[in-house]
Amino acid sequence: MTDTTEKHEDWSRPPATEVGVIGWLRKNLFSSWFNSILSLIAIYLIITTIPGIIEWALINSVWGDKSPEVCREAKGACWAFIYEKHRFILFGVYPYEEHWRPLVAMIIFLTLIFGSCIKPLWKLGWWLAALWAGGLVMVGILMWGGIFGLEYVNQSQWGGLPLTLFLATFGTVFAFPLGIFLALGRRSRMPAIRSLSVAYIELIRGVPLISILFMASVMFPLFLPAGVSIDKLLRAQVGIILFGAAYGAEIIRAGLQAIPRGQYEAADAMGLSYWQSMRKIILPQALRITIPPMVNGFIGGFKDTSLVVIIGLFDLLMTSRVAFQDINWRPFYVEGYLFCAAIYFCFCFFMSRYSQWLEKDLAKDQNH
Amino acid sequence: MTIDTGESEALQPAKAVFYNDPKVRAVFWQIVAVVGVIAMFWFLIHNTITNLDRQNIASGFSFMDLEAGFAIGEGMVTYTPANTYWRAILVGLLNTIKVAVIGIVFATIIGSVVGVMRLSPNWLVARLATVYIESLRNVPLLLQLFFWYALIVGILPRAKEAYGPFLGVYLSNRGFNIPLPDTWGYMGLLAGFLIALVAVMWLRRRNKKIHDETGEIKNTLGPGMLIFAVVMMVGWLAGGAPTTLDSPEFKGFSFTGGGEVTSEFLALWLGLTLYTAAFIAEIVRSGIEAVSKGQWEAARSLGLKRGQILRFIVLPQALRVIIPPTTSQYLNLTKNSSLAVAIGYPDIVGVTNTTINQSGQAIEGIAIIMAVYLTLSLSISLFMNWYNTKLALVER
Repeated sequence: MTDTTEKHEDWSRPPATEVGVIGWLRKNLFSSWFNSILSLIAIYLIITTIPGIIEWALINSVWGDKSPEVCREAKGACWAFIYEKHRFILFGVYPYEEHWRPLVAMIIFLTLIFGSCIKPLWKLGWWLAALWAGGLVMVGILMWGGIFGLEYVNQSQWGGLPLTLFLATFGTVFAFPLGIFLALGRRSRMPAIRSLSVAYIELIRGVPLISILFMASVMFPLFLPAGVSIDKLLRAQVGIILFGAAYGAEIIRAGLQAIPRGQYEAADAMGLSYWQSMRKIILPQALRITIPPMVNGFIGGFKDTSLVVIIGLFDLLMTSRVAFQDINWRPFYVEGYLFCAAIYFCFCFFMSRYSQWLEKDLAKDQNH
Repeated sequence: MTIDTGESEALQPAKAVFYNDPKVRAVFWQIVAVVGVIAMFWFLIHNTITNLDRQNIASGFSFMDLEAGFAIGEGMVTYTPANTYWRAILVGLLNTIKVAVIGIVFATIIGSVVGVMRLSPNWLVARLATVYIESLRNVPLLLQLFFWYALIVGILPRAKEAYGPFLGVYLSNRGFNIPLPDTWGYMGLLAGFLIALVAVMWLRRRNKKIHDETGEIKNTLGPGMLIFAVVMMVGWLAGGAPTTLDSPEFKGFSFTGGGEVTSEFLALWLGLTLYTAAFIAEIVRSGIEAVSKGQWEAARSLGLKRGQILRFIVLPQALRVIIPPTTSQYLNLTKNSSLAVAIGYPDIVGVTNTTINQSGQAIEGIAIIMAVYLTLSLSISLFMNWYNTKLALVER
């Protein structure tokens, strides 16, 4: 009996070349001669580069509190540079003893952003908006200070990651409502309103952000009446908002167009006014489907805030660059850029994965 | 057909007050909007004129005829500091167009390859493509430009000790120096190439027509290569069979002769190309995925190989999905080329920025930048729309 079962198992089992590691390799790497060549090239590339990178970044690198001289002698990466300068890269020239304030501000930002990503919390609706408003006010109080016994810190001393988050978040928060009005304007039946919206959107989308920032930094002071001056950071922030609004408007317009005509007609038939039908019927549906592309827009805006370097603001990229302008740490620019890139990457990668997940999740809701 | 007017009049609602009439309201709000915008512009322009008067800055473009007085690192037309601002702006504009066109070509090639790689059945290749896309897409372009520029300047040797891997080619931290043809005799070779190109394209069309009509497959590759070889040879001989090249040579402090690709251009081109390619790769991937699975299966059951399926069945259908978002990536690349100013490549923004700093004519300068980009954006949109309609017509 046992003999036959064993035999049976033997011939019913697939050949060893089809399963297990060998089977996987055959199926995924060497399924045809062309694939085999590609795999060999890829393997060659990996074994020529990866060990070198590991050696540089991990084995020969210098960690912790070491002097630049130690780094210069070592053959690997100088992470001691990051150790020495991380406070400066993250917070810029904000007074050293007060660094806890931008840190708490950053935590508030992150809580708000991550919290808004949790779908059940969307049910809070206006409460969520109120939380945002409260959070942003708290961020303002923490950063500026001047009340509650906090020392006043001028915004010219802000810098690093909080500034980047500040520009990106405020840029989105204010560009969003502006974008809604522009999108509605572009779909309006009134020709004058429509042309004004189209002109604004296309004009802004046709030029690079850098020209808007130049405008904010060089041209804007000329626009103001004599004696009035607005801070450079605020001017850049306004530029980013006006720029983001045009792109946001196009995303929202796509959402508005995706709502079936029947919804508009049903709202009209109910006797709702234009604003009532938009507020209660159309926008809640349209905004829901525009959330994933909006998150992508936020990622773009987050990366684009790095352009303020060109008009001389101390955002994360600028502080990273200034950190290795220090004569002792000059040669370690690669480490500086990698650190900065890693921070940007963490944010953008998380957000893009979230938007992909959300898109699938919302599509699932629609099918019910 | 008599209508009982009395009854229908009774059913009509009471005439609305004029300010509740939607038409009247629409006109009213439009007037408000237009007047509001005009008032805002009037306020801004009024302030600007007063401010300019106070600072004694003359407005207008007359300053553009003055001598520019600053040097520009590279350009496709001759330029000296004694030339006018107009000439300087022209140099910048051509530099922008140069980097945008070369960037678009390479970003399209790399993006398509990586996009196809990402869908490859080869696990390793697909993973590598994913790593490429995710790491480049999620880091700001400006950071990447700084990084490439710092790397080129930091790793390559100084011009004096330039690294020369091939005869006449030198790599240094100032850029690449390459040999160039030195006589007009080479034009014969170029003419031969162009004639051969036209001839081969004609041949290909003819073979395709034969294939469509009779089903007979005629080889284009062999005869095509023969045409290229023969015609280019004839062109070269007609040009006097030139053999010498103008090679760069290091003299004193810099290279003379040959062609130069500056490190600023290299860094900008590399950054723009790799960054945009990551986005194009994602567009290509989603375009290919948008083609229904049945198309793949039908093609496979006809006995086509994967490469053939992609080339003849899937890509032509995917292109319709791919082109509109790719157009906006081309526009992005062109607009992003303005980041050149951060690494010192003299594009239109860089040159205009210097002009603004020297002349103080901020408004005119920014107006020039905006006009240039609007024109470029519009041209690319028009061209891609034309290509899109042409493709759609061929399809159906």
